[in-house]
Amino acid sequence: MTETILNIEGLKTYFFTEAGIVTAVDGVSFNLKKGESLGLVGESGSGKTVTALSVLRIVPKPGKIVDGKVEFNGEDLLEKSEKEMQKIRGSEISIIFQDPSSSLNPVYNVETQLRDAIIAHQNVSKMEAKGKAIELLEVVGIPEAETRMREYPHQFSGGMKQRVAVARALACQPTLLFADEPTTNLDVTIQAQVLNLLNDLKKKFGMSLVMITHDMGIIAEMTTRIVVLYAGHVCEIAETRDLFERPRHPYTEALLAAVPRLDMRKTLRVIPGNIPNLIEPPSGCRFHPRCNYAKKICEEVVPVLEETEQGHFVACHEWRKISLKGERGH
Amino acid sequence: MAKNQLEGGKRPLSSSDFIKVEKLVKYFPVYSRGVLFKKEVGLVHAVDNVSFDIRRKETFGLVGESGCGKTTTARLILNLIEPTDGQVFFEGENVFEKLKSSSKAEKLKIRRKMQLIFQNPYGSLDPRMTVFDIISEPFVIHKHIPKKQWKEKVYKLLELVGLEEYHAERYPHEFSGGQRQRICIARALAVEPEFLVADEPVSSLDVSIRAQILNLLGELQQRVGLTYLYISHDLSSVRQISNRVAVMYLGEIVELADTDELFKEPLHPYTEALIAAVPIPDPNARSIKIVLPGEVPSPINPPSGCRFHPRCPQAKPACREKVPELVQVNPRHAVACHI
Repeated sequence: MTETILNIEGLKTYFFTEAGIVTAVDGVSFNLKKGESLGLVGESGSGKTVTALSVLRIVPKPGKIVDGKVEFNGEDLLEKSEKEMQKIRGSEISIIFQDPSSSLNPVYNVETQLRDAIIAHQNVSKMEAKGKAIELLEVVGIPEAETRMREYPHQFSGGMKQRVAVARALACQPTLLFADEPTTNLDVTIQAQVLNLLNDLKKKFGMSLVMITHDMGIIAEMTTRIVVLYAGHVCEIAETRDLFERPRHPYTEALLAAVPRLDMRKTLRVIPGNIPNLIEPPSGCRFHPRCNYAKKICEEVVPVLEETEQGHFVACHEWRKISLKGERGH
Repeated sequence: MAKNQLEGGKRPLSSSDFIKVEKLVKYFPVYSRGVLFKKEVGLVHAVDNVSFDIRRKETFGLVGESGCGKTTTARLILNLIEPTDGQVFFEGENVFEKLKSSSKAEKLKIRRKMQLIFQNPYGSLDPRMTVFDIISEPFVIHKHIPKKQWKEKVYKLLELVGLEEYHAERYPHEFSGGQRQRICIARALAVEPEFLVADEPVSSLDVSIRAQILNLLGELQQRVGLTYLYISHDLSSVRQISNRVAVMYLGEIVELADTDELFKEPLHPYTEALIAAVPIPDPNARSIKIVLPGEVPSPINPPSGCRFHPRCPQAKPACREKVPELVQVNPRHAVACHI
């Protein structure tokens, strides 16, 4: 049994807005093994990004972590002081954001940004840090690293900027990397390059990776296990292959059926309705207003995660009674 | 499986040319920042020698990466910008000449036949107008519907795109992204167009909502008999909705074919790489990746010969020198490649 690097239990992160309390993450639990690639899947507002931000404790105001446990290598990150967290961020846990143009600082050149990240966490001189920065840029595939690092972010193309962001995230060889929709803004051919790069680096540094995305294609190719989120709740956790073949939650099934595929034309199934408002989320199972199988109990009681078979968990009252079709069945 | 309206590939198409695009060229000048005078320092070759035709009631897909000229092509067809060179024929009439020479009423008449929906339904709706005002604004401009019938007509349009009557009194901010895109579609349909350009209509929407809009577009095509030009960088949705697809790279069409044929047997190395680069949502279908080196070159000084040659895994010396022509390989398939 490989050891667990990250264990999240009952995480609740709420946003206290003027309009009301947004229950963005409401009781999310899952764990991550060392060296694993985990996918966090969900649509906008499902709480996937907020979960990652909560682990790093960088939830923006008016958001607050109100309950739960986030154990990283056995230590609860929610009990750490801000100073201790600063040491962990970047050096042990790192994150790549969706939009590299806004996550890189436009007024510093790439060299400074990388060097500062290295010096902040490692006891090295400026010159050593510079050498490391060049190495990093070479690792992420930026040609002529030594000259290009003197340039500013706006002088890089989108794909190159994302490579710089990857380089910065990896500056201190973190053991856990969150990648929050790292390729959503990129073209497909560049996306393929960045995904390849992430895969290579993961192997090279033996990192654990949490891939946050709504793209089922990327999930299928990049991960070994998946957590499906809907409106701040976990719907289903399973190994990738298992989830695609035998989804147990009606939402997972509907999500798979709603995605057009390149290798075949199929009838797109529509999930009726819209993503719920999280200030007044639906009672019971949050998916029930859009679910084809909803019964009375679904309106009243919040379903808990149950293990259906080895390693496959689902939060649905009806999973025993319904048979769902996976990717092959369409 | 129920017969689906989106499986349009099998539907017989009328062969009469609906829209014909001939050798369309658009260069944008680039200026240097002078103190007093602007100096032209180069030309962005946004669209270069693009020709194709769109048949009545089909969905013509236009794919390519950002900056390849897909949107510029669409804007040229709608004559929202002036072309540098080339012609567009709409039902046999030269659109540019017609729009230049005819009266305002005549111009509106042409405009009524073509409409556009945009990528971002947040930016393309006026936040200070109610849905009723938004959808009835085309009536104000085109005056094709007497004021008495506006209400009835707006309700009909709302129903057509899957919204309710009471939505008419609301403002755009009260709607979700998918619903807003429905409003945009209703507005575009208000003038009863024959041709609709959909520029990345689902890119900014969530996955579960994308399917709704794609299905809606397919349904509308059946009910109203629309012709679509569907522009997207998302190959999966293009495959889902189009009858024929043109692939663009740096302002040029590199391949044009029936959808199924293009995806099954791509002939151009770029198309092949583009298809291979898309992750497939099936863990058992892990494909062999062709990762293209480098990035799309600048359209200011596009590479000589075949514009794809610096990134092409199969490039030969000839590719650097001669521009390949779009050649018809069979009646359903054309490709611009020396190999």
